[in-house]
Formats: sequence, structure tokens, C-alpha cells
Amino acid sequence: MNIQTKFCSLGAVAASLLAGLPAHAQDGLIQNPTVEQMAGMVDKGDTTWMLISSVLVLMMAIPALALFYGGLVRTKNMLSLLMQVFVIVAVCAVMWVMVGYSLAFTSGSPFIGGLSKAMLAGVGTGTYAATFSNNVYIPEYAFVIFQMTFACITPALIVGAFAERIKFWPLILFCVGWSLLAYYPTAHMVWFWAGPDFLSVPEYAGDMGLLWGWGALDFAGGTVVHINAGIAGLVGCIIVGKRVGFNKEPMPPHSLTLTMVGASLLWVGWFGFNAGSNLEANGLAALAFLNTFVATAAAALSWVLVEQLRHGRPSLLGAVTGAVAGLVAVTPAAGFASPGGALLLGLVVSPVCYLFVSAVKKRFGYDDSLDVFGVHGVGGIIGAIGTGILADPSLGGQGWYDYTVFPAVAGAYDMGAQVLTQIKAVSVTVIWSGVVSLVLFSIIKLVFGLRPSADDERQGLDQTAHRESAYNY
Amino acid sequence: MKLIIAAIKPFKLEEVREALTAIGVRGMMVTEIKGFGSQSGHTEIYRGAEYAVNFVPKVRLEIVVSDALSDQVVATIQKTARTDKIGDGKIFVLDVEHAVRVRTGETDDDAL
Repeated sequence: MNIQTKFCSLGAVAASLLAGLPAHAQDGLIQNPTVEQMAGMVDKGDTTWMLISSVLVLMMAIPALALFYGGLVRTKNMLSLLMQVFVIVAVCAVMWVMVGYSLAFTSGSPFIGGLSKAMLAGVGTGTYAATFSNNVYIPEYAFVIFQMTFACITPALIVGAFAERIKFWPLILFCVGWSLLAYYPTAHMVWFWAGPDFLSVPEYAGDMGLLWGWGALDFAGGTVVHINAGIAGLVGCIIVGKRVGFNKEPMPPHSLTLTMVGASLLWVGWFGFNAGSNLEANGLAALAFLNTFVATAAAALSWVLVEQLRHGRPSLLGAVTGAVAGLVAVTPAAGFASPGGALLLGLVVSPVCYLFVSAVKKRFGYDDSLDVFGVHGVGGIIGAIGTGILADPSLGGQGWYDYTVFPAVAGAYDMGAQVLTQIKAVSVTVIWSGVVSLVLFSIIKLVFGLRPSADDERQGLDQTAHRESAYNY
Repeated sequence: MKLIIAAIKPFKLEEVREALTAIGVRGMMVTEIKGFGSQSGHTEIYRGAEYAVNFVPKVRLEIVVSDALSDQVVATIQKTARTDKIGDGKIFVLDVEHAVRVRTGETDDDAL
């Protein structure tokens, strides 16, 4: 029995299963199935959806994130941002196949998995990954690919915090170390579990990541992806230091056109990220899709309205920044909140993020160039805590499912306790990512240095780090 | 001959060109420039951060005309480029010593 890749955040269960509840021990459901039995529990629609979603998430990194970030820097650093994001995706893809998947999604400790699936050992066309429904599986390769795209985009998110002033190879080295010490452990802690057909079997009882075991709800990666990256960005921009001329000379975005193109592609790609995280193509995937749509729209509007009140004019950069904040906030809530709840979450997240990127950043003087902390870190925290409120079935949320019984049943929802659990999960992520980032950045700074010379920085990283220009005309 | 240099608002360029052609100006040089005068820039706001933009985009015209046409050209530019708002620009008039048409070798007024 070398299968059961186990995964998930609590709570999402297929509509087909719900139909069978509460009639106990539904006819025909198999507890602890064998690989041969799993082979008959795979749906081509689910498999297709996972492959499509994986493509969408890859598109979020390249070119969407690269363009979103690139448009925000000055012309002389455009290419460096594109290059950083592109190569980080390549490096993380290679690492995922070598060790990442195994460390994140095999049994081990509550903190990290083992190396039994290093180089994807034992994974084949005939092995399967669990979903959130009893007796529904997807090919394990599809799960490996889907999660691979997440592992690729998360470290790439960090680079916006110290854009325009980082050495290329030390940055890549950081991303390698951070994937090993922060991303894979967090993914394991939040998403690894034995699967709905196994958790109720004594042999697998307690076979789950730390935060999953606590009952933390994170549908698509609010903690694993956004808080994780946001904190790493904050630590990074402080250790790397401010850009030459920060607060003395203007550093306006060189192309809000490309930033808008990038943000729009992020929005589209995010449907793969959030609705794909359901692992099945069903009503819950559609709910996650809808929530992602409406929260993003609401957040774009509320950011623009804040600007209208504050500055008397709405800005394009504000609209797209609000949209990204909404996408970030709805990520953990996508499959848990009601559409109305997601709308509310979107309206709330933008004013708070606005406060961080305009006032808090100024007050403390850190140069988070592209607001990785202000948008992803802060938006992620609001989303994670908000999920604890919005998942409440009394507010139209999806609640959570108890997989320790077979078949799974809806668990009793305690909003106060859930919010507390969410805060604990956020705290673990903040501290874990913060400490790992602090140690890694400090060591790399000491050994290799993180910053180019001031002259190189003034000339721009495109020429000095890559001997290329983004534009030749 | 006079060299007339005018810095005007970019969106006025086409109007000025038409007006000058109508009074017989047969050529001009146009450059996109940045600069400041009494308008002295504006602020732009990106994610709540305000940037002072000290240099404002303008268009610089360079026109060489015969002495007889000079005053009329200056008056036409002044009238056409005017919006009554700060930042409408400036006009300077300089003497020109000599002019040559490259194709034919004609000189001075004949070269214009």
C-alpha cells in the first residue's frame, strides 16, 4: 500500500457524499481502500480539472507575477524582476520533484515529511492522491503537478519586497533554503493528512501535519503561501536595507500597463489556485471559484473608494492592488465562506492593506518596495482569521468535516474556538517563516553578500547583473 | 532671420502647427522635453506614496523665419498655445547669422 497521498485542510467534502448523510455507513463506501480499489475511484473530470488548474497556477507566476512586479519597478530593473521570477520557478520545480513533494506530502513528523518519495520514488501512473471526499481519488501525478505550481510561485512572491537591490545568485540560494526550511514544512503542517478513507483507521490515526491536526482551516494557502511569503519579504527588505535614494528621489512604476496585465492574469490564474484546491470538479469548486471572483471585485472597489476619499482620485494601481489583496484574503476562505461572506472579506481587506502600504510602511521606514508584506502578509492574515468567522455554517459557511469517522460527518462549529485556532496557525507561520528567513538572510549576507554595489544599483540591475536591457529602442 | 524657440504644452502642438502653416511658416523642428517654470511640477500618488514630479513634459519648437515674419509667428504661437492656465510656456527670439539649404546650397532667406 504505497499510495494514499494525503492532503487537505479540514472541511471540504463532496456534494455526492453530503447527499448520503446522515445515513450512517453509506452503502458501497470502502474504508482503507487498496490501490486497485482506488483505481476505480478516479474521475476523468476531476483529473482534467486538476491539470487545467495547474496550468492556471503556473501562469500566475510566469508571466503574471513577473509582469505585475516588473511594471512596478523602474525601467533599469525591469528585466531583473522578470529574470528572478522565471529562474525561481525553474529552480523550485526541479527541487519539488527531487525532494519537495516528499518532504511536504509523506508521513514523518507533524512538522515535516520524510524522503521516502524523493525523486518521486514509488509515485507512478497507478498511484493515487486523496481528495476531500470519501472514495474519490485523483492520479498522484496530477496532485504532484498541482502542488508543484504552488511551490514554484510562493518563493517568487518574496522578491518584490527587496526589488531593485538584490544580488541574483544569493537570492536564488535563499529561495532554495527557504523552500527546504519554510515552504515544505509549512505545506506539510497545514495540508498533509492521511486522507478521508484512512484517518478513521487506527493505523493512520494522527497521521497529519501539526496545523491540520489543530483544525486550522486554510483552503488554498493563505498561511502556506501568502503569510509565509509576506513575512519572508518583510524580514528580507529589512536585512537587505533600503534602496539607494529611497524617500529622496522618485521611484514611480515604469509601466502600469504591464502591471495591470499582470494583475489581470493573476486574477484569472487564481481560479486554478483556489477552485483547483478543491481537488475535485464539483459544486464546492464552483463555490471557491465564485468566492474568488466576488471577493476580488469587492476588494478592487473598496481600495479605489478609499483612494477617492483620501486623495480625491481613483488610481489604476489602487484598483489592481486592491484586487490582489482580495485574491490573497479569499485564498484561505475560498471553499469555506458563502459568496456574501467573501464579498464582505473583500470589502474589509483593502482598507487595512491600504493602511499598511501607505501609513505603516512610512511610519516604520522599511522599504518593502512592491508591498509583499503589506498586501500578501497583511491580506493573508486578515483572510486566515476571517476564514474562522466566515466558515461558520450559521453565516452560510461550509463548516468543517470530521474525517476521524467513516464516512466523514459535519463537525460542530464553534466560531470562537475556530478563530483562536486560526490565530494560532497564523502565529506559527509568522514565527516559523520569520525565524527561517532571518537566519537564512543573515547567513547569506555574511557569506556572499545580498546587495550589489551602490554604483551597480544606480546603474540598474538589468545591466549590472544580467548585461541585458528590458527595452532596446 | 530670427530663431524662435517656444516651449508649449504638448497637447497644443497640432493647433500651433496648423496656425503657423496658415501664415506661411514652411518648416519647424519639434522636440519632446521636460522642464519647469512657474508651474514647477506636480505630485503623483502611488499606493499612497506621494512623489513630486519636478519636471513637466513640454514640447519645444524651433522655427527659423525671415525678419518680416517673426513678429507674426510669435503672436500666432502666443495666441494659439494660450490656455490661460499656469504652464502655458515661453517664447524666445534670437538672431540667426546664416542659413544654408543642404540640397541646393541656397543661403539665408532663400534657404528657409
